[in-house]
Amino acid sequence: MQVPEKFNPLTAAIQALDPSGQVSVSVTRGDVQLFVPRTIIIDVLRTLRDDFGYTYLVDMVAADRFTSEDRFEVIWNLISLKDQSRIFVKTRVPEEDPSLPTSVDLWPAANWNEREAFDMMGIRFTGHPDLRRLFLPEDFEYYPLRKEFPLMGVPGSIPLPSTSPDVD
Amino acid sequence: MGIESAFGEGFLTTKIDTVVNWARANAMWPMPMGLACCAIEMMAFAGPKYDASRFGSEVMRFSPRQSDLMIVAGWCTYKMSHAVRRIWDQMPDPKWCIAMGACASTGGMHRSYGVVQGVDNFLPVDAYVSGCPPRPEVVLHALMTIQEKVKKEHSVLLDV
Repeated sequence: MQVPEKFNPLTAAIQALDPSGQVSVSVTRGDVQLFVPRTIIIDVLRTLRDDFGYTYLVDMVAADRFTSEDRFEVIWNLISLKDQSRIFVKTRVPEEDPSLPTSVDLWPAANWNEREAFDMMGIRFTGHPDLRRLFLPEDFEYYPLRKEFPLMGVPGSIPLPSTSPDVD
Repeated sequence: MGIESAFGEGFLTTKIDTVVNWARANAMWPMPMGLACCAIEMMAFAGPKYDASRFGSEVMRFSPRQSDLMIVAGWCTYKMSHAVRRIWDQMPDPKWCIAMGACASTGGMHRSYGVVQGVDNFLPVDAYVSGCPPRPEVVLHALMTIQEKVKKEHSVLLDV
């Protein structure tokens, strides 16, 4: 499906940011998806917010593609309230170095989304103001939404409380 | 009143255990440990339609110091289990526990790394209630089961 014409200036501006020509724009089920390399991700997001009105961060998630290259995908779901359009921005990070610059400076709402992606997938957002685990105990050592993590967890990795009231 | 006139000069004998157990069983104050959707059914259990006050359990105490019966209603994560156990330890003896619903009894549909597969992993459960969520009548039945259990205990003799 063709990308709607109103996205042409946006596409041109994003492609100008990337000299290597890896940016691609496509339409899936009526939604525009913008795939960019991770080196320019923060410039892309800033351009979208400042120049094209994508001021509303709806969601930010990470996915495990379970491939040997570029294993993890991070997806920003953005809405422009000005011209009522939605865009998905995607980038991929390898398993050896799953790190990305933080987008909290652009949208404060990304704070807990990035913490969740760190908690569940182990993606590190450099520059995040408070990158702690969001759901799991802070001394938990695994990333449970990675595909290789067993469904019932690692036995003993989260301790149960003592059943004797006299000791801690 | 009536009973004196029926006995005249006579009197009744009983065991102190019977009296103490009668008092304990019929004033069973629940500590509502509502963790999920089962807590809604637990509210119906306490409310006027199902009316737990018929069995002396209408006073839900949100302080563990004043409760005898913990109703664990809902699925319990490993993180929450420490808080639940801490509240249980703060309840004065004697105390009893109901695992309400499939999740509290066995983990239920939450077969996952983060959910304790049954609160009996860290609590001494007296009555398990099946259902997802259970109907309030079943919670009343669990309460009555515990009352029967309390009435058969040797409460005073063991304290010596």
